[in-house]
Amino acid sequence: MHIPDGYLGPISCGAFYAVMLPVWTIASRKVKKSLAAKQVPLLAIGAAFSFVIMMFNIPIPGGTSGHAVGGVLVAILLGPWAACIAVSVALVIQAFLFGDGGLTALGANCFNMAFVMPFIGYALYRLISQKSPIKSFRRLFAAGVGGYFGLVAAALSAGLEFGVQPILHHTASGQALYCPYSIKIAVLAMVGEHMLVFGWIEMVVTALVVKFLQGQDPDLLRTIPDTVE
Amino acid sequence: MKTLSKLWIGIAFLAVITPLGLYVPYKLNSKSAWGEWSAQEIKMLVGYIPGELEKVSGVWKAPVSGYGAHGWFGKDAAHRGFGYFLSGIIGIAACVGIAFIIGKILSKKEKKR
Repeated sequence: MHIPDGYLGPISCGAFYAVMLPVWTIASRKVKKSLAAKQVPLLAIGAAFSFVIMMFNIPIPGGTSGHAVGGVLVAILLGPWAACIAVSVALVIQAFLFGDGGLTALGANCFNMAFVMPFIGYALYRLISQKSPIKSFRRLFAAGVGGYFGLVAAALSAGLEFGVQPILHHTASGQALYCPYSIKIAVLAMVGEHMLVFGWIEMVVTALVVKFLQGQDPDLLRTIPDTVE
Repeated sequence: MKTLSKLWIGIAFLAVITPLGLYVPYKLNSKSAWGEWSAQEIKMLVGYIPGELEKVSGVWKAPVSGYGAHGWFGKDAAHRGFGYFLSGIIGIAACVGIAFIIGKILSKKEKKR
């Protein structure tokens, strides 16, 4: 889901940087209010987890590949604003050091994976878990569903970004100048593969870690979401 | 053992097995992720290379392009795998370092709870 350089035209690249600048600013303010000093290592673990989980490319045999992002899991532990910062850190490192995702598309990639994903996933997690006990299956289920739809929402967002390019930028003869696929194909491909395969991986990863924490240290699941609004 | 220590061990374990993220797709003949093709791959798919895409795609030369999988550490499978592993370590270290700095700055004026 890391959009490379050259797939999005200047309008889209500029627009998503313009959206992300205030998002990062607000995220910093929110996190400044809520992040306790003892939670700083958790923020670092969140960024590292997001980075490393994205290295596990899951193949569709003979087809494409994709990966989990971990954005919803970090949101469940630290709140969506902190997740935005943690995943953004991972995406910046991936783009600059490893060429995974373009620099021109970094605003868009952060919008999809560090903003849309944690917020949609976290909203679903809160909606489904309500005031259920921390160790309940309902909360585990909520985490899994949040992970699944958080990733699918990010994929939808990326599909729309890919898909508007041929409309925005083409030659007189109709050849695309950036991403060549129409909005229908791009959205179908991105949403389809994430609903069928990668969303389930995200669901399992998110639920597994939440399950582990339910047994190991339920306080990690309790304190933070209620203090971050 | 403290939860944080266990989580760090989890990250370390994932770091050690990262080469699986390279080998498994390779073994199953899986291709590039959708929308992450090289200019040449696009030409095979749609018959031409979009003009601006070709220009802009080279705008940034990442120091460890493709997590070492493109042969930065050597071309054979073992070197690629090791390169991928090293890239994971470098990336995790960078993420941890930067997140720690951001976290320290942001959590500085915290009230006692």
